[in-house]
Amino acid sequence: MDPILFERYPYWIAILLMMIGFYTLISRGNLIKQVVGLNIFQTSVFILYIGLGNVEGGAAPILRAGTDVYSNPLPHVLILTSIVVGIATTALALGLVVRIREAYGSIEEDEIRAKDADG
Amino acid sequence: MIEHLLVVVLLAFLAATAIAVIRLSNLYAAVMLFGIYSLLSASLFLVMDAPDVAFTEAAVGAGIATVLMLTTLSLASDRENEKPLRRGQPLKLVVVAVTGLALAWGTLDLPGYGDPDAPAHSHVAPRYIEDSPRAIGIDNMVTSILASYRGFDTLGEVAVIFTAGLGVMLLLGRTISSGSRSKSGGRKHGGSKSGD
Amino acid sequence: MGESTVGASPVTNQPVLRVTAKVLIPLIMLFALYVQFHGDFSPGGGFQAGVIFGSAVILYGLVFGEQRAARALPPGLLRWLACGGLLLYGGVGLACIASGGAFLEYGILTENPVDGQHLGILLVEVGVGLTVTSVMVTIFSVFAGRRQA
Repeated sequence: MDPILFERYPYWIAILLMMIGFYTLISRGNLIKQVVGLNIFQTSVFILYIGLGNVEGGAAPILRAGTDVYSNPLPHVLILTSIVVGIATTALALGLVVRIREAYGSIEEDEIRAKDADG
Repeated sequence: MIEHLLVVVLLAFLAATAIAVIRLSNLYAAVMLFGIYSLLSASLFLVMDAPDVAFTEAAVGAGIATVLMLTTLSLASDRENEKPLRRGQPLKLVVVAVTGLALAWGTLDLPGYGDPDAPAHSHVAPRYIEDSPRAIGIDNMVTSILASYRGFDTLGEVAVIFTAGLGVMLLLGRTISSGSRSKSGGRKHGGSKSGD
Repeated sequence: MGESTVGASPVTNQPVLRVTAKVLIPLIMLFALYVQFHGDFSPGGGFQAGVIFGSAVILYGLVFGEQRAARALPPGLLRWLACGGLLLYGGVGLACIASGGAFLEYGILTENPVDGQHLGILLVEVGVGLTVTSVMVTIFSVFAGRRQA
């Protein structure tokens, strides 16, 4: 197999994970399942970013005597903050799910739509 | 070489876990598997030389996110409706496949995994790596970029977290009124939507 | 399944869980402080420390009941801490302006720019840690409080 193609495998698996998350998000009617799908989607983006920041033979970006090659620290910073922001927004989404459940008695999208159509 | 092997194994586990999550209709099991998925991705970040990120993902994804989802499940039901797939599923699969293929096509222009000559490593990163220990005097470059070079960004992120916390409190918070009014509301108004 | 141990119900009849949690929680908190203040030299910082400290409190709430967790860390205090962390961060930025520099230009804070960077980063990371901890604990306690109602 062509080595030039093969050396991009982490990106492709990240894209595969993105596809799984995306499909969960648009094909499942259960709201919690959708939140989980969104999180899988999000994590795949993190993996793509961290993979892009990796340098062959590099060390973790913490200064150490005798090491010259470090991985790119910039993606680490971006992803680190976005993980914490991600949990905050996930909490907000789950809060909405709880409120929807209390108002409609269901967390299935089609049942909620049916109730909306009735009312 | 061993690093590549670890990356491949972890990625395979991640893909398998993600597929299991989407196929399970027991939400409790799906959420627990999602915790495992987060822990696996944390291990992957560690192998990819990002210990700070791995740390955060392990604490956030495998810890707090799972607990919050389980708490939500205990407030709602823990089984997904096992109805046959709804309308338009083939179309959705096509949309997902097209998106994925377009992105995979895009990666052909990306530098290979771990390529030291990638453009991303040749602009600001060398400056951070070479100057930050001297100019900031901190060994961990991630910390010095986070708090100093990109301090403005981080201020914004903290504001987002604060706002999300505020939003959750507004949505669910009854602790403010110390529970005195908590008897009303809740699950009783199942069908009556007076608002609309 | 999943109903007995999740949420806020105190797991009073689970001695193994209680003893393990009692041993673990102080260690987790200590580790969080280490991550917070040793973040300059090893992996770590305000975000990680905040999440770890928050999860220690959440573990306490899960095992011993949300009431006791709320007594140890009252919701009102948490709200003040969440605001305080963000204001501390912004305040450091304003202090830099007041000292004649740009917003968040820590080097201006002391005679030696490197010392100023140290001081600024330390304060800012404490601010981040405070906000993240209190927001995480608040989110959990609000969810758990919903369950009891």
